[in-house]
Amino acid sequence: MTDDNSTPSSPRLEVRDLTVAFGGLTAVAGVSFDVEPGEIVALIGPNGAGKTTVFNAVCALVRRRGSVSIDGEPAPTRPSGLVGHGVSRTLQGLGLFSGLTVRENLLVPLASRADREALVDRELSRLGVAHVAHAPVGALPYPERKRVALARALVVQPRLLLLDEPAGGLGSEDIAALGAVIRESAQAGCAVLLVEHHVDFVMSIADRIVVLDFGQVIARGTPDQVRDDPRVEEAYLGVKAA
Amino acid sequence: MNRLIPSMARTTRIVVAGAILTTIAIGGTFLLDPYRNYQLATIAAIFCATAGLTLLVGLSGQLSLGHAALMAVGGYGYALANTVLTEAGIDGALRFVIGMMAGVVTAGGLGLLLGLAAARLQGPYLAGLTLAVVIALPAVTAVFSGVLGGDEGLQTAYDGVPTLLRTAIAVEQWQAWVSILVAGVVVTALAILARGRLGLHMRAVRDDEVAAGLNGVRAGRVKVAAFTWSAVAAGAGGAVLCFVTQSVSPGAYTLAFSLLLVVAVVVGGLGSIGGAAIGSALIVLLPWLIETAAGTLELPAGLEQRLAGNVAILVFGALLIMVAIAWPARLAGARRRTRTAPKPTGTIADATTTPRDPAVPDTGSAAPTRHGSPVPRGARPDDLVAPINAPDHKSVPADQIER
Repeated sequence: MTDDNSTPSSPRLEVRDLTVAFGGLTAVAGVSFDVEPGEIVALIGPNGAGKTTVFNAVCALVRRRGSVSIDGEPAPTRPSGLVGHGVSRTLQGLGLFSGLTVRENLLVPLASRADREALVDRELSRLGVAHVAHAPVGALPYPERKRVALARALVVQPRLLLLDEPAGGLGSEDIAALGAVIRESAQAGCAVLLVEHHVDFVMSIADRIVVLDFGQVIARGTPDQVRDDPRVEEAYLGVKAA
Repeated sequence: MNRLIPSMARTTRIVVAGAILTTIAIGGTFLLDPYRNYQLATIAAIFCATAGLTLLVGLSGQLSLGHAALMAVGGYGYALANTVLTEAGIDGALRFVIGMMAGVVTAGGLGLLLGLAAARLQGPYLAGLTLAVVIALPAVTAVFSGVLGGDEGLQTAYDGVPTLLRTAIAVEQWQAWVSILVAGVVVTALAILARGRLGLHMRAVRDDEVAAGLNGVRAGRVKVAAFTWSAVAAGAGGAVLCFVTQSVSPGAYTLAFSLLLVVAVVVGGLGSIGGAAIGSALIVLLPWLIETAAGTLELPAGLEQRLAGNVAILVFGALLIMVAIAWPARLAGARRRTRTAPKPTGTIADATTTPRDPAVPDTGSAAPTRHGSPVPRGARPDDLVAPINAPDHKSVPADQIER
């Protein structure tokens, strides 16, 4: 699915004026951004800024207003339609099927694809979890479970990959390996959107950064531009920048 | 073709195993007297229902307390079709097959309706709904007593041993053969389902409905399918039990029996077909064993009667408590997974299996507390720990989860 079949003028992911409200609380207000094929874009912001809510809205897990398009086509309105549109997502809490083996976890999104066994084998080897393929995923240590979650997201060969805190809970070497896998996917044409609190990781991997605060975009640009933006510092520290 | 070959090989293995076990069970009837064969026929009929129930509860995570009602519906479907066909002058194998189909389709239809509700209900609400179905059964048969026979129920025509076998086997053995054959077909079909894509998706929905949806699984459809197939199995069990007893009545499918079906699959092991077989045998044999034991004690008639009625339920309750204490997580299912759990490999650098100490800031924390990165606004110690097993998507409003 990593073949680029988008129309020349359409970004892989196009979010326009995205708004999400829970009762009287507007969690995301008028957020717009694009992710191009092969690009890595990071969504950052303080706790409660609305990053995961943006993810949930893109994945149709919450009711949304505004438009979300994938390769110029409206995004599915059901989460189960995402895989068919080449969209894959990891969850902050991993969302692995603890009663299934590692291999079975990877088979779930592949449905009836003829090449599913080969795809699973390839991804298990690539992520270094082939040796636990037949183990119950609930019995694995946390770093390995994170790899399985990433392998499950990648096994469908997504055109758009949404990663929710992929580096959380990982050590430095695992984070470096994670970065290599994400870059490899982007180089193959996959658009990557990630939410991440690990600032060093974000600065090292992202092509562009979108900063949210109180559900609104307060800054955007390259890592260097965002790092020097006084509004970002204000949002994080809660004080006016000098 | 690459997709079909392993799938077909797996299906073939299941069918061959089912055929062998069915043949062994049929062969075993030659070792039993007529009453034991009658008991075996009853066990096989109940096995259909418990196998369907263990598929529903163990694999898809939906609890039904009303499977006795689904068995009853299968029995009534069989009996009604049997009556109509008898009046039309049809008998023998054709009457039996059409009767079975009527029972299965009727129970499957009710299962489909329950499944549609189940896709929108969780936990105690679903249990309550299915409980209401089994409680309502006597009232339904009373209201439609002209068709369903009220408390008396319905009688079916006698299906004796086929002419070719009449000199070789007794009618109880023949009934056991038929019942075992039906159970073999039903359970083999359920095993194929459980090992196939639907079974995989059921287990995915059971473990994490939101994650299943994000991975292309339509949870609502899977739940409805699980309930329907489970009801079909229960309906087949009820229909063949009607064939064996030549009657169906609400008194045979009480709330206590329905709860016993649940206890049987729990004691046998949730999600385990073998466990469902053991549970079915317990349902039939335990009361008989207790009755037999009480008979040898020369107790007063009243006490013996009370013991016969209640001790079996007491023993079932005790077994349930023992299993719950021994395997609290997934009951008997947990034992299988624990056996196959791997040792940590140690290949992951800096791997930790426990939540990180928020006081240690240099482990790639979920919060940017290192390398001069700013601290999140209003961060609390809890926010600095990456939740190991606390998926953020659980906060998705329940009414917005895809069905």
